[in-house]
Amino acid sequence: MDDMEGEGTIKKFLYLNRKAPYGTVYALESLEVVLIGAAFDQDVSLAFVDDGVYQIRKNHNTKVDSGIGMKDFSKTYRVLEDYDVEKLYVEKESMEERGLTKDDLIVPVEIMDRAQMAALMAEQDVVLSF
Amino acid sequence: MLQTVNKSPFEKNAMQSCLRLSPQGSAVLFYEDGVYAAVKGTRFESQIKEATQQFSVYALLPDLEARGMRAEDVIDGVKTVDYSGFVDLVADNGAVQAWL
Repeated sequence: MDDMEGEGTIKKFLYLNRKAPYGTVYALESLEVVLIGAAFDQDVSLAFVDDGVYQIRKNHNTKVDSGIGMKDFSKTYRVLEDYDVEKLYVEKESMEERGLTKDDLIVPVEIMDRAQMAALMAEQDVVLSF
Repeated sequence: MLQTVNKSPFEKNAMQSCLRLSPQGSAVLFYEDGVYAAVKGTRFESQIKEATQQFSVYALLPDLEARGMRAEDVIDGVKTVDYSGFVDLVADNGAVQAWL
């Protein structure tokens, strides 16, 4: 029943991630919603802005014995492409003020400057903020 | 007095208020999302370096590691502590002031 609503109903969804992981539940919740939403064959993009960039930093270590004992969900970002979620964007300015480079990130992303990020947001049908 | 900061300096001004209002010689512990303040390379690095002249500055290692950072990534002059080190700081410094 894929075509029940017609092709015209594919919308552009942007998940806007602005929070650091673990300190609050926003990052994990966003990822859960992305995975659920992936079943609906929409045009999905993920943006990492402000502390959201920290969500996709490499080498999270949350082990129970000496660590914080929470689930390390950062590896899940690497399987998003299996769900056809392939458009990941990071704001250059957010990355730079945190001393991070592309090499510090766990997934391949497209780096956008502030103006490009603003344009990306402007072209969406739906922006889901986390 | 032990001052604790658990919010990212990029998101909240807890670290700024803590550094502005804490008495000289205080112990300042960054934990949870607060640990981002203690890491090299951010726009807060010079401010934290200055703070280490005035305060004993600590960062909780399990929270650093959870977020992908290691002891080597913290600013020179900032000491990392584990959970038992956190307990020692509480025991040794009397009152705790939490900057939320």
